[in-house]
Amino acid sequence: MALPYYVSPEQMMQDRAEYAKKGIAKGRSIIAMEYSDGVLFVADNPSASLFKISEIYDSIAFSGAGRYSEFENLRKAGIQHADVKGMMYSREDVTARSLANGYSQILGTLFSQEMKPYEVELLLAQVGETPERNELYRISFDGSIVDERKFTAIGGRSEAILTLLRKETSETCPSLKEALTLCQHAFERGADPKSSLEGLEVALLDRTRKGRKFRRVPTPEASQILA
Amino acid sequence: MHSDNISFPHFSADPCSSFYQYLASQRPELLPMARWGTLLPQQGLADSPLTSKHLPWPHGTTVLAFTFQNGVAIAGDRRATEGYQIAANRMEKVFQTDDYSAMAIAGAAGPCVEMAKLFRIELEHYEKLDGQPLTCEGKANRLGHMVKANFPMVLQGLVVIPLFVGYDHKREIGRLFKYDITGGRYEDTEFHAVGSGGKDARSTLKEYWKKNLSEDEAVSMALRALLNAAEEDVGTGGPDLLRRIFPTVKLVDRQGVRDVEEPQLAAVCEALLNQQQET
Repeated sequence: MALPYYVSPEQMMQDRAEYAKKGIAKGRSIIAMEYSDGVLFVADNPSASLFKISEIYDSIAFSGAGRYSEFENLRKAGIQHADVKGMMYSREDVTARSLANGYSQILGTLFSQEMKPYEVELLLAQVGETPERNELYRISFDGSIVDERKFTAIGGRSEAILTLLRKETSETCPSLKEALTLCQHAFERGADPKSSLEGLEVALLDRTRKGRKFRRVPTPEASQILA
Repeated sequence: MHSDNISFPHFSADPCSSFYQYLASQRPELLPMARWGTLLPQQGLADSPLTSKHLPWPHGTTVLAFTFQNGVAIAGDRRATEGYQIAANRMEKVFQTDDYSAMAIAGAAGPCVEMAKLFRIELEHYEKLDGQPLTCEGKANRLGHMVKANFPMVLQGLVVIPLFVGYDHKREIGRLFKYDITGGRYEDTEFHAVGSGGKDARSTLKEYWKKNLSEDEAVSMALRALLNAAEEDVGTGGPDLLRRIFPTVKLVDRQGVRDVEEPQLAAVCEALLNQQQET
């Protein structure tokens, strides 16, 4: 009779973490960066129809790296949660902080209880009425959550990109053009030297917009901004 | 379930991105119509002597819509009545539902406002989940389903009759849809008005509507129809120059939905009233 093997909890968690990290390492990267009028999202995404960045609520955007089917499910759950909450209470009561908490709960539970952890990393941002009230959250496969300032990145090449960005950014809040230039350079040098503007997906949470702040920036407009 | 927790990703066999369907399957207690539908018969309101004339809840009244040169116009008065009392004189009955559509409602005020709110979330929810907005036709059909779901409440006397207008980017025209209480959806290419003063508004529209009305003509015609309805029907409020209360008029065209501003409304209303004085 085969005896069940004993696997220590430490070993099990380590194996799962390695498995998840391996999956995420294959995923392309995404940067979120604060600029003077809001938050800029740039994703390394060659597809023009399958989006990696999307709107969750009035001033909240979501982005996921790793396995598409998994972060897509999380994105939908977030939208459903936000719309229900906004209907029950008021639109201002839907916050990125509570969504980030919710995601952290889900990913934490999946990581410790399911056979296979989710191979995803999430980025959640909320544009505030003033630049000081912007919020950026990075949530990992195990549910750990980091509250970031100025910029953050997720995906396979995120470490390289973050190192580059830390060197290049200054203390002052960049304009949209400066922020987009920084992100494009970071992708060129940190991820893919052949990366072009066509291969980037760009979206904004623009404080100056009325109502819903999220807006996609098509490639022609992005090149105009850079010009 | 604590509302602060995101529910685990919901794997539904239902492929449509409808917020209404989501609520119906996951959070039925939040659907206003479902809740009222089960409550009312128990309380015996269905058999109560309350008739539509003496309903104890506020009623919305005259709303209208018609096509013009650039798109479609939608307008409504501001009065809500509760039996023979005026419940509100600044009520909003015309709602923008997304960038290119708007709806107006006549009937019991509470459910009306709730339906408009739910419909707006429905359109936004679909757009976010699916990555692109519904077509004009799709929006009109969705609203039809919601009116149909409201039918149990209609039997209790809580009638909600909407008008829906939207700009169709594919055909490059403004479109207008009317509904019956069973959710039947009918497209109209000219004009329509519903509510207690709907008949009076319709006869004015019939007289003045023509193809390719200019924007100014459209605003003036909308106000004229509401003015005439207010004169004939107690449930419809006319413009109140003293307190600066004017009907709502929204125009929907290629650029989107916009409100006709108060100074323009005031000027047109005054001109119309003066005209009446002279004749």
